[in-house]
Amino acid sequence: MSFWNDPLKVAADWLMGIFTGWGMPELLAQVLIGFLGIFILVALLMVLDIALVWVERKVVARFQDRIGPNRLGPFGLIQPFADIVKLIIKEDTTPGGADKVVYNIAPMLSMMSVLILWAVVPLAPTILGVDLNIGVLYIIAAGAIGTLSIIMAGWSSNNKFALIGAFRQVAVMVSFEIPMLATLLIPTILAGSMGTSAIVEGQTIWYFLLSPLGALIFLIAAIAELGRAPFDMAEGESELVSGYNIEYSGMKFGMFYAGELLHAFTFGGFWAIMFFGGYRFFGLEKVSPFLAIAIILFKAFIGYWIIMWVKYTLMRIRIDHMLSFNWKFLTPLAFVLLMVTALMNTLLAGTPTWLYIAGMFLSNILVGWGALEIARSYSRREREKVERPKPVVETAHH
Amino acid sequence: MNPWIFVGLFLVVGLIIPVGAIAVAWILAPKKPNPIKQTTYECGIETVGESWVQFKAQYYIFALVFLVFDVETVFLFPWAVKLGALGLFAVVEGIIFILILFAGLVYTWRKGMLEWA
Repeated sequence: MSFWNDPLKVAADWLMGIFTGWGMPELLAQVLIGFLGIFILVALLMVLDIALVWVERKVVARFQDRIGPNRLGPFGLIQPFADIVKLIIKEDTTPGGADKVVYNIAPMLSMMSVLILWAVVPLAPTILGVDLNIGVLYIIAAGAIGTLSIIMAGWSSNNKFALIGAFRQVAVMVSFEIPMLATLLIPTILAGSMGTSAIVEGQTIWYFLLSPLGALIFLIAAIAELGRAPFDMAEGESELVSGYNIEYSGMKFGMFYAGELLHAFTFGGFWAIMFFGGYRFFGLEKVSPFLAIAIILFKAFIGYWIIMWVKYTLMRIRIDHMLSFNWKFLTPLAFVLLMVTALMNTLLAGTPTWLYIAGMFLSNILVGWGALEIARSYSRREREKVERPKPVVETAHH
Repeated sequence: MNPWIFVGLFLVVGLIIPVGAIAVAWILAPKKPNPIKQTTYECGIETVGESWVQFKAQYYIFALVFLVFDVETVFLFPWAVKLGALGLFAVVEGIIFILILFAGLVYTWRKGMLEWA
């Protein structure tokens, strides 16, 4: 076993030898090694986050027919570092009427809720923070901390814009968590495990092929969960100025901003893990763990790019429309899909692979098509109620 | 090593990074507060009253519906994990369970509680 085949274990063994050589108890040495590993991972994530600031600014500029940052360094690559310096040395004002303790905790929780998600992200067959057997539930639980941080920020600011933004965003986040949970149950059924690494290992066939509709619903729910356009209730720039983080400045605002970007990237990664095989890519992941990391990061970037594409293309939806879309369409659809997937998966258990894939795929398409037809006929009836029939008598022209 | 120790460590490191960043900013940033700076931002208009007032009750209804479905899905996770081993009988039972909870959604819908009025 060499460093290039299993870098994490080799490094851990090496450090273990050093620490126990110093006369350290084994448990303490293990905890210390774990701490160091996590610290390196989180530090790398923060570097990635800085890169994401540049990517986001450059991409939004291109979408809006601008050039974007191009002054500092080649292609403006140094720009995010300048942004960070600015955020650090900017005066941090706290509104007089704010609830200070809650106000200061909220940005920290916002960042933490994103960082702890990476504990269960399998980066390569041997590189995984912790192989929790309830990984999927852990993702949901960590996401709930993000919801909490938004309501804390909105409530403690004592600002009406912030409060309205936070309430709307939390209503959207908790609502869209239901279809997300239902679609997370689909990979769980197919893999027979809630662990993220078991789900990736189980994907000899990408679950996207077995459940394309599930992947689509997960993406929609994830965008709502992230609070990005067209579901950006929390910020709603045209009506709430900046929403829940309106009173924040300096590094506290920076934490919300960086947390949001990393959250979007992380959910791009989860989309890849749940439905697009994670680090698997036709056996390439077995060549080297470093190649596997490159594959999952690439897939996460594609997911992130799609989320950005949606954000900068679609307009914001009104909150009542959004909630009716979720409760009257997406939630029933997700649960019907769950029932169909469970049934088909059991019925087609012993059949040849091609029949299994075709059955699962077609059942998904049928469910999606049926749901769209029902929604179409319902909206047509609603529209006919509103639209009066045109008057038969022609009105005289002036 | 117990995996939950690792998760605990992750929570600690996940807090250290943002706390550290905010602490560095707190040390380096200028601190010159004055009453005008500390007023609540409302597009230049002086704010009237506090924001901690009664809010729309509809948010509460959605939170209640969410709670029902959230608890339901937690029950569904063990079912989903063992579905392959349990066979068709468990699938039908799970479907009946979901349909019972659908009745709750239909009830809420018919009561008009899903409308934003």
